[in-house]
Amino acid sequence: MSATRMRFLSPRNLRLVHRAPRDFLGACSGRQPGGPSCSTSLTSPHSVSSHMCRALSSLTSSRRGLPKEKMSENGISRPKVLTLDTMNPTVKMVEYAVRGPIVQRAVELERELSEGIEKPFAEVIKANIGDAHAMGQQPITFFRQVLALCSYPELLNDNTFPEDAKNRARRILQSCGGSSLGAYSPSQGIDSVRQDVANYIERRDGGVPCDPENIYLTTGASDGIVTMLKLLVCGQGIDRTGVMISIPQYPLYSAALAELGAVQINYYLDEENCWSMDINELQRAVNEARQHCHPRALCIINPGNPTGQVQSRQCIEDVIRFAAKERLFLMADEVYQDNVYAEGCQFHSFKKVLFEMGPEYSETVELASFHSTSKCYMGECGFRGGYMEVINMDDDVKFQLTKLVSVRLCAPVPGQALMDLVVNPPQPGEPSYNSFIKERTATLSALAEKAKLTEQILNTVPGIRCNPVQGAMYSFPRITIPQKAIQEALEKGQQPDMFYCMKMLEETGICLVPGSGFGQREGTYHFRMTILPPIDKLKILLNKVKEFHQKFTQQYS
Amino acid sequence: MSQQHAVNGVLPKGKVLTLETMNPNVKKVEYAVRGPIVQRAVQLEKELREGAKKPFTEVIRANIGDAHAMGQKPITFLRQVLALCAYPDLLEDNKFPEDAKQRARRILAACGGQSIGAYSASPGIECIRQDVSRYIEKRDGGIPSNPDNIYLSTGASDAIVTILKLLICGEGRGRTGVMISIPQYPLYSAALADLGAVQINYYLDEDKCWSLDVNELKRAINEARQHCNPRVLCIINPGNPTGQVQSRECIEQVIRFAKEENLFLMADEVYQDNVYADGCKFHSFKKVLFEMGPEYSSTVELASFHSTSKCYMGECGFRGGYMEVINMDPDVKTQLTKLVSVRLCPPVPGQALLDLVVNPPQPDEPSYNTFIKERTAVLAALAEKARMTEEMFNTIPGFTCNPVQGAMYTFPRISLPAKAIDKAKVKGKVPDMYYCMRLLEEEGICLVPGSGFGQRDGTYHFRMTILPPAEKLKIVLDKIKNFHIRFTEEFS
Repeated sequence: MSATRMRFLSPRNLRLVHRAPRDFLGACSGRQPGGPSCSTSLTSPHSVSSHMCRALSSLTSSRRGLPKEKMSENGISRPKVLTLDTMNPTVKMVEYAVRGPIVQRAVELERELSEGIEKPFAEVIKANIGDAHAMGQQPITFFRQVLALCSYPELLNDNTFPEDAKNRARRILQSCGGSSLGAYSPSQGIDSVRQDVANYIERRDGGVPCDPENIYLTTGASDGIVTMLKLLVCGQGIDRTGVMISIPQYPLYSAALAELGAVQINYYLDEENCWSMDINELQRAVNEARQHCHPRALCIINPGNPTGQVQSRQCIEDVIRFAAKERLFLMADEVYQDNVYAEGCQFHSFKKVLFEMGPEYSETVELASFHSTSKCYMGECGFRGGYMEVINMDDDVKFQLTKLVSVRLCAPVPGQALMDLVVNPPQPGEPSYNSFIKERTATLSALAEKAKLTEQILNTVPGIRCNPVQGAMYSFPRITIPQKAIQEALEKGQQPDMFYCMKMLEETGICLVPGSGFGQREGTYHFRMTILPPIDKLKILLNKVKEFHQKFTQQYS
Repeated sequence: MSQQHAVNGVLPKGKVLTLETMNPNVKKVEYAVRGPIVQRAVQLEKELREGAKKPFTEVIRANIGDAHAMGQKPITFLRQVLALCAYPDLLEDNKFPEDAKQRARRILAACGGQSIGAYSASPGIECIRQDVSRYIEKRDGGIPSNPDNIYLSTGASDAIVTILKLLICGEGRGRTGVMISIPQYPLYSAALADLGAVQINYYLDEDKCWSLDVNELKRAINEARQHCNPRVLCIINPGNPTGQVQSRECIEQVIRFAKEENLFLMADEVYQDNVYADGCKFHSFKKVLFEMGPEYSSTVELASFHSTSKCYMGECGFRGGYMEVINMDPDVKTQLTKLVSVRLCPPVPGQALLDLVVNPPQPDEPSYNTFIKERTAVLAALAEKARMTEEMFNTIPGFTCNPVQGAMYTFPRISLPAKAIDKAKVKGKVPDMYYCMRLLEEEGICLVPGSGFGQRDGTYHFRMTILPPAEKLKIVLDKIKNFHIRFTEEFS
């Protein structure tokens, strides 16, 4: 069965289309003999069935190809042009759990609380997303000073700002059209910022050269990732582009693939080995996928989201060799590159390892690497800053890429300015250096402490098992859900971990994302929780999770 | 498609991603506003910097509506608030007026952790969506606007592409067709190519000041029905690149047509504050729709787009914008909300800026006078430049230029000598591209050829922004005049 083909079915077959995500994953992942069954769903059966009902009820009043008739009050019939059954079917397939139904319920609960409605909790804690500032993390002073100076250059005459902040602001403004953040930049990004990014990458990678022409500034990393995937997707039927993504994955990937109508190829991370990646599993996944699609890209998230593992240098080498052998375009999502906490773990960029493997690889393997201003120590999500570096990209394709990004004119310029500061922070000897280092260190060491604390507390809870959070910003513990609870969930048409998280939200005000939103081996259940809340709050939160889990387990045993 | 594997340990040659194996839709995308002519302009600038001798001393990029790049100063109040939001320590600073501080406090209070560095809700910050809907109500004489219908976006382009994406489905004759004006703003043709939709051209009437004729819409849709499923009608008002401002009567006709033909309306209204010509006035599609009574206002589906990039503020770099959706099916709206959530949120500084645009200083506030003074100066200068451009171009033999009633561009028709057309063809170039390239090489002026926007066969145009400061604009216009005369002589 080709999932891709199913996407283009007519509205008549909506029922099948709606079932597709499920069958689709099953088809891609296959089943390992003796091992756990791999079929999983990113869609809760609840939402599937409710959509299905709506779709079916509207189908009863319509014929295929004919608009649905609806009587309005004054007796004039007027069908909508755009309905669920006449909209882009690939958009319907898109799921994005990080902002899914559970977050919508959290927003509702907040509103109810603010209206004075009594709840068993005083506030909703949104631990569903890696949003540092929303969790109380303070911005880095230097960055915000420069941004204020760029926004309102009159402040350059103000003595309260340090000289290095002013210098940075002047330099950024000089490379803006009309010396204003309000001018469009070149579509690929401001030249001097791309230059600074290239210098940063060279320093990070111990001198491996970086060409600013290979840098594209983006609207957050998501934008770069979707753009690259868009370039890669082509073919029909068995030739349709397949893209390998880890399970669990960050759902931007599955969402983008659904929208682009690409084939999702799941490879499973090994939970028993701290979510590590196994080349045999990659091989299994690509071999099975070759039966029904054309695997062309391999996506890696390192450090991992939602799983928090940090890949070893050896593992990265193996992955690169695999990509070369199987002719895969590598996409390395490295937005958490500064978020490494565990002792003995170190971030290795795919670029660096690729170049250390010698020209046989460094001159052939195609790679795009992504970074962002949203994570690390700065956590400036709202600015939507980011970049990608493309390596060994065909010149004609690069030309097409540049053309494609030009249609959206440019990435937001304040985000570009911020990106510049991240890759070119205060240097020793500059007036802001000490306070910058102090702020950065404080944030990163607090994160390291919170990573450890989260692992420790969760592992004291019977029925919760948690791998160490080696990096990134999330814990993805495995939870045991009692059989009775699973049954009740299924009766309600919910995934068991969605049922669990919804109950936790209603009873404790804590908003997590169920593991089914990221994908997991069938029969296992997880949730993703960010470790970002301030330490005191995190402790309270973890204890509430603990109490809830115990109560839940008791209730259903 | 060949699937090469490693054989005996030898790695297969050739790239994974090549022109032949990439997404074919992307290859079809064209975006002239930043096309080859702009790339050449960038090269020329570089050569000038490196000391190369050219017949000009600077490159003037009149290819794009980029106000600040052309020297327009930002509105003080807007930037004060943005600085306060970026670095809230400044709230303690006495140099900032109270109303700027209040706006900043209000925006920050609506941000997660009081920081513009937090993600916002995916459709945008709640209180900004409320401010936008109040602005729309005021603009439209009290017609209600629901904040739930407002989606903030990354510039208007983002929202336009999102709505098109929702609308496109079907295969073969059932494939969605989208009606766009010719000339058009090439975001539309680019997005349609990218999405694999069918582009349906309707031609604006150059002889009637680029007005829209419903008979032409009918011709276009009837022809299109033979090969696709027309579902959408896009209108740009005031017009880009053509600068016309639609009459109320015309908008009514368009709405009636959309209803008759069962079309989803997309109204690109980013130039709504850029209306210069006497007797012209901006009418929003929303307002006209509601004034036509419930038969229309409760049925016709409409999305309207606005942006922080144009009007008097010209803040392109912030990528702020919004759309309002009217009569959208609630299930589709759920899908729209889901779709925008994948990209998390539009840039928050752009959202903050949009808030200030829809909620500027009020008469009793300290920044009001300065704000009005700055805004009026920009708009008056634009009106003057619009008039000057039309006048000047119409003195050039071989130029016909409609009045620039609104927006930021002139799109004059130019007659090219037959010999020049032949020469262009020999060089494998579209004639107006050849013309514009020559103009760039000889005068350093960067324009966009009409072929990048679409035009009737056998006619030639270019788009030029009227944004340069008046003195510079005069020089630009003179240079174009001299060039055109020279060019015509050379080929006659």
